[in-house]
Amino acid sequence: MDLYEYQGKELFRRYGLPTGEGRLAQTPAEARTATEELGGTVVVKAQVLAGGRGKAGGIKVASSPAEAEANAAAILGMEIKGHVVRRLWIERASEIAREYYLSITLDRGAKKPLFMFTTEGGVEIEEVAARKPEALVRLHLDPLEGFHLWHGRTLSFGAGIADANERRQIEHVCERLYAVFTACDATLCEINPLVVTEAGELLALDAKVSVDDNALFRHEDIAAMHDPESVPVEERAAREKGVTYVKLDGEIGILGNGAGLVMSTLDLVALAGGKPANFCDLGGGGGAQGVVDALEVISADPQVKAIFFNVFGGITRCDEVARGILQALEQIQIARPIVVRFDGTNAEEGRRLLAEAALPYLHAAPTMLEAARKAVELAG
Amino acid sequence: MAIIVDKSTRLVVQNLTGREGSFHALRNRAYGTAVVAGAAPGHGGEEVEGIPVFNTVREAVTETGANTAATFVPARFAADALYEAIDAGLETIVCITEGIPVHEMLRLYRYARTHEVTLIGPNCPGVISPGKANVGIIPAEIFAEGAVGLVSRSGTLTYQIGYELAQLGLGNTTVIGIGGDAIVGSSFVDILERFEADPETEIVVMVGEIGGDEEERAARFVVEKMTKPVLAYIAGFTAPPGKTMGHAGAIISGSSGTAQAKKEALEACGIEVGTTPTEVAQLVAARAAR
Repeated sequence: MDLYEYQGKELFRRYGLPTGEGRLAQTPAEARTATEELGGTVVVKAQVLAGGRGKAGGIKVASSPAEAEANAAAILGMEIKGHVVRRLWIERASEIAREYYLSITLDRGAKKPLFMFTTEGGVEIEEVAARKPEALVRLHLDPLEGFHLWHGRTLSFGAGIADANERRQIEHVCERLYAVFTACDATLCEINPLVVTEAGELLALDAKVSVDDNALFRHEDIAAMHDPESVPVEERAAREKGVTYVKLDGEIGILGNGAGLVMSTLDLVALAGGKPANFCDLGGGGGAQGVVDALEVISADPQVKAIFFNVFGGITRCDEVARGILQALEQIQIARPIVVRFDGTNAEEGRRLLAEAALPYLHAAPTMLEAARKAVELAG
Repeated sequence: MAIIVDKSTRLVVQNLTGREGSFHALRNRAYGTAVVAGAAPGHGGEEVEGIPVFNTVREAVTETGANTAATFVPARFAADALYEAIDAGLETIVCITEGIPVHEMLRLYRYARTHEVTLIGPNCPGVISPGKANVGIIPAEIFAEGAVGLVSRSGTLTYQIGYELAQLGLGNTTVIGIGGDAIVGSSFVDILERFEADPETEIVVMVGEIGGDEEERAARFVVEKMTKPVLAYIAGFTAPPGKTMGHAGAIISGSSGTAQAKKEALEACGIEVGTTPTEVAQLVAARAAR
């Protein structure tokens, strides 16, 4: 689960990281009030779960409440990389001397948390890594040992920070950021930029935090931060039904059992010259209710012209899945052709059941590739 | 021979008294696996179809000589159960549970590495050595005995490929699902190393997917350390960046972890990559016939 900047900063403050003072605003009037309360110059920042807000015009400086209100009116409703701006963070402007970058991610390869720090902040970190890799200091932590101050020293000296006071602040920020990372079950904690103000104080000017969905059960407060509107409409419906669904761009609706098999199904559809409309995993079961739920979610997408149902029978036998499909089709109307591929346990029996039902829009194909070709043909 | 599970496997099932645990334990036993014990706190002294249940894993080990665990414990208690199994001195632990928080797996992984234990999973279908033993939820009837080692990050896709191999008359020494999470106990490299050392395994099929860089690491390992041929399949060429495709580990972040990058890395190391599951099986058959 990705958090908005203002939510990330709330976690930062909770664990003692320095952040600027600000207010959440959802209307231009609220932006005005927030600016009056904060006093002086503020920055009006679009809250979206996407990068590149600044370039898209989603961040504007305002020197008066009236200007903040006007900026807010301009930014609210703006679309940034497919995300509509519905929330703003109004923060007191800071006098920035330098911009650094600090993050902790989960390094899957090393199977350890990874610190990255550079004095070249304020730009995309991938850009720094490509353009000036020597400026990026990387350091792994042993998750059983946790954070030690030498980690902070290694990062601050490594990046060439000369000022002792500044180094001490960086080391403190590292220690606190690791506290957020572990205490909140985060998979990413990024501060870009981490600024040094004219007064020599460190400040987290932005916050990008992702939290492990599997750990949300023990973080009710963070789970409550979830904004249902940040999820595309179709995926929201799927989530409510407990269907694993990802919306894609094409015209072939896809469902299957097992994530790996479904990914492979998408690839075969592409190989057959079609474009998958979605990723949909039924999981282990193939019961009628699961099939109904999945078919409802998939067929709600108006772009879908044909549906490819790919099943490998293991412990769930193909004849059971066939009965599930037939029951499901009694319950809902699918005005599109459906191609079913069965393999594995009781595949023949499953195919026979479907053939006996003799539904004109229901087609069976013997292999994955043939089924993919059939679906593409029927969609075309 | 086979790897990880075989005739010497003596299995204790963690949460044997649960629905999933008992269902699969009995299937595993029906296949011929020596399921010697169950462990479930508060259920000590009970029996499940003749399998004795103990309160702790340690007790199960002492009383029955169990050397392998299959873990069906719910996600929020699973890490604790895995520490218990490691501390009881088991040689092998196969964790089926899905949804363990990744920070717990980070710590658990380091802990397991300081012990003499092979951890498979979590979020995996298990391990089967056809004709010898089946530990986990893999539908055994699909697989035949043979000389092909099969290792995969997914479940049903593995069954599909195993099934296609069987159609071509090829069987397996051992089939391992290493799991679809970002952090799993054993990587492709760990398993390839075991297959390389196994005298019965003649050829290895690796089934990868988007996310992480395990396939790339495996490719380097194959070039540097392996004498046996390795073939591969990768799923997820059409997956968009930033979207998790069902498995917690199957997400393309930034420019890394794409199927295309993995395919290129494998081919650069001389590993043939099949375009479809069927083609992979055909490539294996062609290689085996040489």
